[in-house]
Amino acid sequence: MAGTVEIHGLTKRFGERTVLENLDLAIEPGEFVALLGRSGSGKSTLLRVLAGLDSEIDGDVAVRGTVSVAFQQPRLLPWRKVWRNVVLGLGKQSDDRQLALRALEEVRLADHADDWPRTLSGGEAQRLSLARALVREPGLLLLDEPFGALDALTRIAMHRLVEDLWQRHRPGVLLVTHDVDEALLLADRVLVLDEGRIVSEHALGHPRPRRLADHMDVRTKVLADLGVTEDALA
Amino acid sequence: MSFSTTSLLDHAPTTTDRTLPPRTRRRRLPDLRRWISPVALILLWQVSSATGVLPPDKLSSPWTVLQSGVEVARTGELGAAFTVSLGRVAVGFLVGATIAIALGIAAGLSKWGEVLIDPPVQMLRTLPFLGLIPLFILWFGIGEEPKIALVALGVAFPLYLNVHSGIRNSDDQLIEATTALGYTRAERLWHAILPGAIPQTLVGLRLSLGTAWLALIVGETVNADAGLGYLITNAREFLRTDVVVVGLVVYAVLGLVTDFLVRLLERRALRWRAR
Repeated sequence: MAGTVEIHGLTKRFGERTVLENLDLAIEPGEFVALLGRSGSGKSTLLRVLAGLDSEIDGDVAVRGTVSVAFQQPRLLPWRKVWRNVVLGLGKQSDDRQLALRALEEVRLADHADDWPRTLSGGEAQRLSLARALVREPGLLLLDEPFGALDALTRIAMHRLVEDLWQRHRPGVLLVTHDVDEALLLADRVLVLDEGRIVSEHALGHPRPRRLADHMDVRTKVLADLGVTEDALA
Repeated sequence: MSFSTTSLLDHAPTTTDRTLPPRTRRRRLPDLRRWISPVALILLWQVSSATGVLPPDKLSSPWTVLQSGVEVARTGELGAAFTVSLGRVAVGFLVGATIAIALGIAAGLSKWGEVLIDPPVQMLRTLPFLGLIPLFILWFGIGEEPKIALVALGVAFPLYLNVHSGIRNSDDQLIEATTALGYTRAERLWHAILPGAIPQTLVGLRLSLGTAWLALIVGETVNADAGLGYLITNAREFLRTDVVVVGLVVYAVLGLVTDFLVRLLERRALRWRAR
């Protein structure tokens, strides 16, 4: 079966500095992959390449289907009503309000359809950003630390929502994060990126919704890959 | 039983969701105490005139000014002058604004536009544009052209600067987000860059309209055969300080009215900014 993402020998340099080095990555259709890494490990660069925001690269990158991105900041157009920000995802001059309302219903924002984005809370704005990404029915959904700026309680709700939406729409997902627990709760497969290479890979088989307690062994390994050892934790 | 997604969403976000009360327009009554001193000053002016402390050839009494205002309005003199002046500002404004917006967009959007347009504009901006009147008279004569050119020049600089910086300061993150959504360059411009430049452009619009009236007054006072400036200059010849003051008051009212109109436009165009 053809993968949603197939990357072979991807190398990205900024001047002298090599950010991604000869990287291979495949994401199956409908697979949820989390990409962990410390700051500067190249994970955001990889996401930007997949989003088509950075095309000066070496290597082969193939993505099947539409790509959608939800960024850490919701990046809404403040001069457009909430529902119009949703159809923005469809590009051009789409005026399909019914479609927008259905998408907003999925993220529990239908009541806010005619509000201005600035009146939304951080969590609501991020849900709107998800609705905008999903209305495109993407083959690949890129999530760039989309919960990083949210408070802890809102983040828990967002994890459930993302899992729920993923199961309903079944896009391939690449979640870029530095939150190990988030990756363990959501992903089928966790990759650790360090200095531009994928240094380890952990498959997680448990049924959903997951409990973190079932994955403490993987957690320890992933943390070790990220350079956080038990000694450091003690 | 575990939480369903729904119940979590209904409850958890309340920590961050600002539950806004239905927006009530708080309109406080104007503080009447603020009228005490202006009214007192006008009374003092009236009393000074009545007692002869302030001779009418220096400044007429407020009451005489009011009467003269009614008089020049009734004879149609004021209306005619008003129309001529308004026409000059309108034409000058349109010319200046068109040039300013075109140059501002060109300099804001393209590297070459910036390199070629911005330096000369920044240099010319430092010239006191009202000082150009002698040159304008030599170039355009003493008809309508120098007055319109002066207004256009006064309008162009503040508007250009604000359009330019409004576009320059557009939000890169938003532009990137629309790029990720597959927008073309033209679509990005229309949906993300230009709307973002509107607030700053409106600031420039208010500044430039203020300058437009100033430029008109100066242009009309130097030489004119019609318009408010002519009305004032003519009144000076006959020591009619009352009519001079009427002309000044009309200028002030016109300035206030245009400012009010821009505020109205702002409120309408920037609804999305209100919280």
